[in-house]
Amino acid sequence: MESITPSNLFKERSDSRAVGRGRGEWKYRAFSYLVLTVCALTMVVPFIWMLSTSLKPEKEILRRNFFPNQATVDNYSEVITETNLPLWYKNSFIVAVFSTISVAFFDSLAGYVFAKYNFPGKRPIFIIFLTSLMVPTEMLIIPWFIMSSNPPIGGTWVDTYWGIAFPGVITASGIFLMRQFMQGVPDELLDAGRIDGVSEFGLYWRVAVPLSLPAIGALCIFNFLGNWNAFIWPLIATSKSEMFTLPVGIQLFSSEAQTPWNLIMTGASLSVVPLLIVVIIFQRYIIEGIALTGLKG
Amino acid sequence: MTLARKKVVWAYIFLAIPIVFFAYIRIYPALFAFQMSLHDYNPLAVEQPYVGLDNYEQLVKELNKRKSPTKAAFQNTANYLLLGVPIQLCLALMISLMLNEIRFMSTFYRIMFFLPFVTSTIAIAWVFRMLYQPRFGLINVMLQLVSLPQQPFLNNPRQALPSVLSLVVWQGMGFAVIIFLAGLKQIPRTYYEAAEVDGASRWHTFRFITLPLLNPTIVFLLVLQTISFLRMFAPVLAMTEQGRGGPLDSTTTVVLRVYREAFTSFNMGYASSLTVVLFAFILVITIIQLRVTARRIN
Repeated sequence: MESITPSNLFKERSDSRAVGRGRGEWKYRAFSYLVLTVCALTMVVPFIWMLSTSLKPEKEILRRNFFPNQATVDNYSEVITETNLPLWYKNSFIVAVFSTISVAFFDSLAGYVFAKYNFPGKRPIFIIFLTSLMVPTEMLIIPWFIMSSNPPIGGTWVDTYWGIAFPGVITASGIFLMRQFMQGVPDELLDAGRIDGVSEFGLYWRVAVPLSLPAIGALCIFNFLGNWNAFIWPLIATSKSEMFTLPVGIQLFSSEAQTPWNLIMTGASLSVVPLLIVVIIFQRYIIEGIALTGLKG
Repeated sequence: MTLARKKVVWAYIFLAIPIVFFAYIRIYPALFAFQMSLHDYNPLAVEQPYVGLDNYEQLVKELNKRKSPTKAAFQNTANYLLLGVPIQLCLALMISLMLNEIRFMSTFYRIMFFLPFVTSTIAIAWVFRMLYQPRFGLINVMLQLVSLPQQPFLNNPRQALPSVLSLVVWQGMGFAVIIFLAGLKQIPRTYYEAAEVDGASRWHTFRFITLPLLNPTIVFLLVLQTISFLRMFAPVLAMTEQGRGGPLDSTTTVVLRVYREAFTSFNMGYASSLTVVLFAFILVITIIQLRVTARRIN
């Protein structure tokens, strides 16, 4: 199969580098490295500042030193024992995992149908799915809020995991992406399966899915990141502190008069650092996936 | 049952849940938002009376006032967009042109530029808010080190918007860099070789080869970034006093107005009319994009 994986399309092509120019070339190189280094520093300094502040004892916060004089993990123990942050962590994780599993299944199934089946109404249904991409979330939050307070099933969806997760359990962009990939699944393979008596669902599950695993993987990573960082809807869908997700919790940390900078920086560190580690490990895969799909996290 | 019939039935079975989902969670709420914008919709009131286009009239009235939060929101959103999109794309293009030519440590740089993009906006916006603080904020500390005057940044109506904008540009740049790098990789090397044989300067090569061939990428990014600036919300909420978009409405955005009107004042009808206007903008931008892209294919 001529598989259309991210790594295939955006394989490092050494020939795509600009050609060497001899004279003046090293000057340009040196200039590039200088500019890139300055920019890269601008990118990391806020993260280092965040970590360094989270390790400062409270009395050092308002001083002018960049690194803590006496590093301490007191902020971390305070945040973990005296705020709901562990709960927010759990909530974010549950919502992100739940939506990601659902998206992986339903988006790939719908993508498979649009790629491999012919049925009356296929085009209009697909176009309606795609059109929904144009409607911004901001337009839907008010209706969702009304619907959540008075849903068809269950008393209220406010302050429930389902209530936070439901807008993202199937995504149009994911269906579109999966359709592109599933078109690469050979029809001969599916027909051979049919002759062998494999069920239609079995063809999806045991032929199409294994052949599209790279794409499903990319979809899962972006979906997880997107849900982990999602803000506006979780902010509206939750009212009890115990049900906040991490970004909502961090935002509402300082509703009191004083801003507890050390605790906010600790919460921010705790929410950011695990993701940064994941991203550094999977960076190649993620960057290729973004380049291929243009998905925003 | 023939195979073709059987496949049609299965297609509908597989699509049943997604169809119900899109109808109920995407299409119906969008229509509901239109309908709400024609009502005086307050969820706490007993009745939600139909008021026709009153909400839109109020919107026009607010925009014609010399000063109103809604007018400030539209003006600021335009400022964010008109400043932010060009700055972000120019910086990202410059960085990706440089990244495209280096080998040593190129992966390292890519990761650096990419990190902010995967970070929670709320978390990093709070970090920036602290960086901007008077006295102990890192930027003012550094200004003092080099004996420059202290700046109020977020506390000054004139500096607040650029300060918030810097965070947004900073955070979104990695995404643009990655898309540009992918676009640059698609340009065949032979073009550059030919240019070199002809003795074209670096600027000419960029102007007559790279830039035209990068055009689809630029259009794509232009549309995507414009839409994301139109929808700006979280950074302003996190970086301004009590999330009000201050000082003096100098940083507020359309979506922040929507949020305030709908969830603090419960003027959901009026808030919905704002979202309908937002939707109209996004629709127009998308249609322009489709037109431009289609013309290129022809």
